[in-house]
Amino acid sequence: MNLHALTLHEAAEKLRKHEFSSQELTDSVFHRITQTDDKIHAYLTLCRDAALNQAKKADQRLRQGNNPPPLLGVPIAIKDNFLTCDIQTTCASKILGRFIPPYDATTIKKLRADGAVFIGKTNLDEFAMGSSAENSAFFPTCNPWNIERVPGGSSGGSAAAVAADQCLAALGTDTGGSIRQPAACCGIVGLKPTYGRVSRYGIIAFASSMDQVGPMTKDVEDCALLLEAVAGYDSADSTSVNRPVPHYTDAFTGNIKGLRLGIPKEYFVSGMQPEIDRAVRDAIRLLEANGARIEEITLPHTEYAIAVYYIVATAEASSNLSRYDGMRYGHRAPAADLIETYMRSREEGFGPEVKRRIILGTYVLSAGYYDAYYLKAQRARRLIKKDFDDAFHGCDAIVTPTAPTTAFKIGEKTQDPLQMYLSDIYTISVNLAGLPALSLPCGFDATGLPIGLQIIGQPFDEATILRVAYAYEQSTPWHKEKPGL
Amino acid sequence: MKLTREDVQRVATLARLRLTPQEETSLTAQLDSILLYMDKLNELDTAQVEPFTHAVDLVNAFREDLVTNRPNTEALLANAPEKDATFFKVPKIIE
Repeated sequence: MNLHALTLHEAAEKLRKHEFSSQELTDSVFHRITQTDDKIHAYLTLCRDAALNQAKKADQRLRQGNNPPPLLGVPIAIKDNFLTCDIQTTCASKILGRFIPPYDATTIKKLRADGAVFIGKTNLDEFAMGSSAENSAFFPTCNPWNIERVPGGSSGGSAAAVAADQCLAALGTDTGGSIRQPAACCGIVGLKPTYGRVSRYGIIAFASSMDQVGPMTKDVEDCALLLEAVAGYDSADSTSVNRPVPHYTDAFTGNIKGLRLGIPKEYFVSGMQPEIDRAVRDAIRLLEANGARIEEITLPHTEYAIAVYYIVATAEASSNLSRYDGMRYGHRAPAADLIETYMRSREEGFGPEVKRRIILGTYVLSAGYYDAYYLKAQRARRLIKKDFDDAFHGCDAIVTPTAPTTAFKIGEKTQDPLQMYLSDIYTISVNLAGLPALSLPCGFDATGLPIGLQIIGQPFDEATILRVAYAYEQSTPWHKEKPGL
Repeated sequence: MKLTREDVQRVATLARLRLTPQEETSLTAQLDSILLYMDKLNELDTAQVEPFTHAVDLVNAFREDLVTNRPNTEALLANAPEKDATFFKVPKIIE
């Protein structure tokens, strides 16, 4: 048995039955990484010794029994924008130098307490800014389904690692689609929770009004288990919301009879790859055959979402990234005086996309332009949120494509930032409105690249979108397909 | 033109970011086309729309002002680019 190929829930069950140990499982994952990561480049840092030590401790706990948490002894990959105590954290940027965090993000602390095994830190677009993982300061990650293609981004390393069985599940972050779009590109499940559902404490900030942590997994049940493990109130995150975390798998009846699913007409427009249009429409028909009621809905301000997002997100980013000044940690360039030190350290430390966004964000916030761009965008953002509020009067969840194309070629869009931004066209409205949404596999294009189906929910109703996703997954074979590596 | 090279230079100084002449050229062109795309928002009449600041309705999160993390000087200085005993060493700030 290839232990690394198991899902999280399969492995958890077998670990409890002592069919194998966490150390054997962890060994199998590292063996798989050795065999495949010279092609995929999913990991920036591997923590083999610490992981085997965690596995050993997990095995002791597993022997004691006492109803262990599902994550106990399970190998997990972590996007390299989570602070991990004593494990180097780069955010795929040179500005952090050889930064080793002195503390854990809240989500990491929770997984540690559950006894999860941390395999390593995965690659991303620098500061999570990008849709292809090509903006990493170190190297691009390749898509396990076709290594000439991008894995999507920014959580491209986590998505590729899950798809390539280089971990059992992974954590990502999503500010404009950074969990869902790579999940679609790599044929896995990825969920962005409601803003406030999961603590942001210890996540390297990109756009604070939209950043959320979420699970990236091999199937929907794993997604529910990992979400449950990381969700919940945290007094260290002032925008964390104090609401109980449900047992998401309780909703997994497979029954979606009478559930109203909204299909926004604005999401089915020219420019979408025809195979994606077909696959998503087939998925909608299947959901209808399973008893869901399909309602056409309208989200009239959809076409403004990208403009709003790239004003708000860059404004917040320019402010968040002002902390990288080379004084207390990170890269410092030698220079004649203080101002020169700031200017040179930041010049050498940041890559092209990050510089682009800092300049754009500073511009839209600067005197004389604030009203025309930032304030205008914040007003338009309310209209986008209101579209969803209105739509949810007539439906319980919304079904759309996750991305307008399947994984594109490495290098295809790096020269045209606006084209790259358009990769997020179906995902970013959800972040602007703070809603939960997941992507799961719904087919393949003619060249064998995975296609993603997005399900958007009402605030704090992750349970419904997981329930719909589970019902769909139960009647389709897509999640069982593996890339030939 | 929405944006000139001088705009980019001015904003780069505000952002404490040194750009090379080549970066100034390419950023001016790229940001100009991005800002042109953003003009799309002017199609919307937003005069009566309140700006949106939070995705979730929240009240201020107050707590007692208590120290919950023990300061660990060694750990905090471990990542310092330069240090001197128990201090961060930085370039001269006041002439």
